[in-house]
Amino acid sequence: MNTSCEKIPMVPTRDGFGKALLELGRTDKNVIVLSADLTDSTRAAWFKKEFPNQFISFGVAEQDMFGAAAGLALSGKIPFACTFGVFASGRAWDQIRISIAYMNLNVKIGGTHGGISVGPDGATHQALEEITLMRMLPHMSIIVPCDAVEAKKATIAAARVKGPVYLRLGRNACPVVTDEKVPFEIGKAVVLKEGKDLSIFACGHMVYEALLAHDILKKEHIAARVINLHTPKPLDKDSILKAAQETGAIVTVEEHTLQGGFGSAIAEVVVQQCPVVMKMIGVDDSFGESGEPEQLYKHFNLTAADIVLAARQAVKEK
Amino acid sequence: MNQRPDILMLKRKAVEIRKDIVTMLYRAGSGHPGGSLSIVDILVVLYYYALRYNVRDPQWRERDKLLLSKGHACPALYAILADRGYFPREELWTLRKLGSRLQGHPQLGLPGLEISSGSLGQGLSIANGMALANRMDGIESRIYCIMGDGETNEGQVWEAAMTASHYKLNKLCAIVDRNKLQIDGLCCDVKDMKQFDAKWQSFGWEVVETDGHDVQKLMDAFDKAREVVDKPQVIIAHTIKGAGVSFMENKVEWHGIAPKKEEYEKAVRELDAALAEIR
Repeated sequence: MNTSCEKIPMVPTRDGFGKALLELGRTDKNVIVLSADLTDSTRAAWFKKEFPNQFISFGVAEQDMFGAAAGLALSGKIPFACTFGVFASGRAWDQIRISIAYMNLNVKIGGTHGGISVGPDGATHQALEEITLMRMLPHMSIIVPCDAVEAKKATIAAARVKGPVYLRLGRNACPVVTDEKVPFEIGKAVVLKEGKDLSIFACGHMVYEALLAHDILKKEHIAARVINLHTPKPLDKDSILKAAQETGAIVTVEEHTLQGGFGSAIAEVVVQQCPVVMKMIGVDDSFGESGEPEQLYKHFNLTAADIVLAARQAVKEK
Repeated sequence: MNQRPDILMLKRKAVEIRKDIVTMLYRAGSGHPGGSLSIVDILVVLYYYALRYNVRDPQWRERDKLLLSKGHACPALYAILADRGYFPREELWTLRKLGSRLQGHPQLGLPGLEISSGSLGQGLSIANGMALANRMDGIESRIYCIMGDGETNEGQVWEAAMTASHYKLNKLCAIVDRNKLQIDGLCCDVKDMKQFDAKWQSFGWEVVETDGHDVQKLMDAFDKAREVVDKPQVIIAHTIKGAGVSFMENKVEWHGIAPKKEEYEKAVRELDAALAEIR
């Protein structure tokens, strides 16, 4: 892994999702892709082109799409319902709750445009609540891949498990930091950097920022363990407890609301089973806004520099 | 086409189901009598005439499916499923009790039950998904979905109506229990649906209107719907909320309360008298 070289390939996680759908279509006729008028944006279009008979368009009608996904799953299909994260997790939440999660159906949700890195479209299109909203639903799994390579593996893994899975995907190109060859397992966190002074848990786009923070901290002789916790649910509790016991301080980083999200999920484990110093980085009780992704990361304090500040403080408070 | 069952048998069956419903609700101490009683004749005609299914193999892939989108009317569905042998009739008396498979609103897992429901407006979309899956798999079975007229206030119903018509889902048949009452009062006072039949027609559906308590006319309506080859069908079944129990009929108060002892006994007396008259 190379975090300092400028030539790291940049690919959006939604592209990894789109590629995986194609691969799934080639091997399983039961994989059906559903779209609510965002077929290009969600990369469902790639699947539609090659498998038009396994693609269903619903127009701008997310609630109906998720209901139909339930009907397809009840008929033995593996539906992937694709739309922006705001519409999937918000607009159709009750449909996901009753028509999908309550029946524990094999529906996969492709929620693209997660996080403020959606950029200029602003708050209405920047999903910041999906982890919170999906985490409270029994049976639901949530995966937040950190790059396009992991997104592809996660999508294929989602198709292979029974039950509902929410895939949180990003719009913008982000650095590819994982390897094609590293196996992906739902619910199993990956330690990207070893360290003994503190642990940084991150998911999605924030994994790269965490790796940058690691390199900065290293120069200050602070050894940070960096953990890619790609599955906020089911949570890898062992990895969290191990980090708490061995490093004594935890920083969580999410491009998501702090209220009930990724950091909260980790905190629920830490406070009950191994209380240690914790700092949580994320969007604090705020909507997003328009701007370029880099500007927004700075504005909402989601950069490597912000992680470094939190890490220093956490180590000091140990 | 299925052979038509004996009319008197269907009528008797409907009264027996109504007796089961009031008994279940009385024993449970809560529940929804009005909208359960209004769909009884529809369910009897479905389960004794229109639907193709196999009680011994509830998951038979080629079965017709009945989705109860208006989940609060589940006592009626539970009663007919027990009557047809999907589970022991004694289980009816566990309705709404802790640990029962007969939840206050339907939960998947009870044999013969196709979906969980209770949050209104979701069934027709699920029916669309089933009809689309059947078409992909070359299965000719039909999907039926019962909704309340109040339920059609929900926007999702009309999203689903557009989808079904866009994909010409001719194996899909919606049934609207048009009892003209919803919790807050008369449907036309709560939110006037105006020309209800014209709404469905303009959404691209074949509309069949019928008396929802006349088993003969209901069989005619299901036959007529089945013959449509290029679009989904909606049977607007004109019904009486609380049908069969005089003091519950057309009374909005009986949407969501169980009968007390005297009321229950009176209802049973009436239904027994009705049963004696069918010959």
